[in-house]
Amino acid sequence: MTRDQSQLLYASTHEWADIEEAEGAKIATVGVSSFAIEQLNDLVYMDLPEVGRVVNAGDELGEVESVKAVSPLYSPVSGEVIEVHSELPDQLEKLNSDPYDFGWIVKIRISDDAYLNELLNFEDYQRQCAESA
Amino acid sequence: MTQEIAKTPLDSMHRQAGARMVPFAGFDMPLSYTSIVAEHQACRVKAALFDVSHMGRLRFDGEGSEALLDRLLTRKVSGMPIGAVRYSLICNEQGGVLDDVLVSHLETPSQQRYHLMVVNASNRMKIRNWIEPFLAEFPRVTFSDRTEITAMIAVQGPLAIDVCKRIFHFDPARLKYYHAVITDQFSKPVVLSRTGYTGEDGFELICRAEEAPRIWENLMLVGRDDGFMPAGLGARDTLRLEAGMPLYGHELTESIDPLTAGLRFACSMEDGREFVGSDALNLLATKPTAKTRVGLLPDSRRPAREGYLVFNSLGEEVGYVTSGSQSPTLDRPIAMAYVRREDVGKRDLEIDIRGTRVPAELVKIPFYRRK
Repeated sequence: MTRDQSQLLYASTHEWADIEEAEGAKIATVGVSSFAIEQLNDLVYMDLPEVGRVVNAGDELGEVESVKAVSPLYSPVSGEVIEVHSELPDQLEKLNSDPYDFGWIVKIRISDDAYLNELLNFEDYQRQCAESA
Repeated sequence: MTQEIAKTPLDSMHRQAGARMVPFAGFDMPLSYTSIVAEHQACRVKAALFDVSHMGRLRFDGEGSEALLDRLLTRKVSGMPIGAVRYSLICNEQGGVLDDVLVSHLETPSQQRYHLMVVNASNRMKIRNWIEPFLAEFPRVTFSDRTEITAMIAVQGPLAIDVCKRIFHFDPARLKYYHAVITDQFSKPVVLSRTGYTGEDGFELICRAEEAPRIWENLMLVGRDDGFMPAGLGARDTLRLEAGMPLYGHELTESIDPLTAGLRFACSMEDGREFVGSDALNLLATKPTAKTRVGLLPDSRRPAREGYLVFNSLGEEVGYVTSGSQSPTLDRPIAMAYVRREDVGKRDLEIDIRGTRVPAELVKIPFYRRK
């Protein structure tokens, strides 16, 4: 599987979401954009939420920590965490090379898709990154 | 107040190299060019180039310079031979540290002697203002701030001296550690100093601002095949942390005295020598300080950061972290902290890492010592 980053939705806080329909619900696979990973530089730690946690869009999901600093990881969607990529914290170096496939962090069953309109498409997200760089 | 952000004379080199720039002490500085870890390792194994032009360079010319510096600095300056470099502190009357500095005693080719003081970028204006009232007592001293008309480059790493000697008229291998000389490069004077802030061998050089890009390019060119890399402030911080070197604003502040900081060696207090802060320091020296600077190894994958609190097994708060990071060399988190002296040597300290108490082994600094 190769996720096409141009087809993903993005939070202004640099998380991506891949929305799929499954069993009548919308499931968001969530990760961190390659732009943010490059900015964070040298990741050393990642703190993941537990399965079952219910979050609102914008809530803190966990933390990523680089050599220099700690950055919160925000949920781009509202819903319940149904799966966590538990091998990821031990292989953070792979986030650099493969942020959109191996680099998925959590899957969330969306409870309220109204907020999805707030997320950016790829072009708008790229523009935001270009402006902040 | 919004302040104009200054650029170092090497600004365009950093941008060409794709550096991530960040504001630091009023300057736009490279944080990293590629990766902090890669730049850190280049410095430990090969060599790295740092633009340290943001550091303040203050010059003292004329009769009375030594006497003035003897008043201002905790370290005795008079009697320093030509070519000597000393690490010193500047304290206030209470013994609080205003800055930590390097002082060099230099002689120009025309045999003019002067003292050069390199201060922290963030403290340059504070130190200039601090010195100002003392100058009246030393009318023959000419005090000048050379920061803006010069640049400063550090080349640090096991290959730094060997590889760079090709481009200097003066072989830097002839310089002893903590010694400096004025030499010339492209017929312009350059101060070459065997000092650094990484725990590696190497040198720092000061040149005229307009010469800096050419010298930087030459250093990169001569070192490219040997694995030299430009390194930013990120690596500079992890390198100095591993080397156990204090950083002003973190380990050193106006409410920390040199003895608590473990910098007694930088205070010449013998023979009843008087300097600003000597009364306070002499009094402090009569008994052990309440806290002392130590190294901590948190038993955790997440680094402890500045301001995190340290607790003993009774749950008492006994100290605080001043700097913490992942150590690229040790591949584990390391931290420096001030810890209550009676708790030093106890085995069961803990650091509160964002709500989780993590056991931390107390160790002597430095964390890294070059072979």
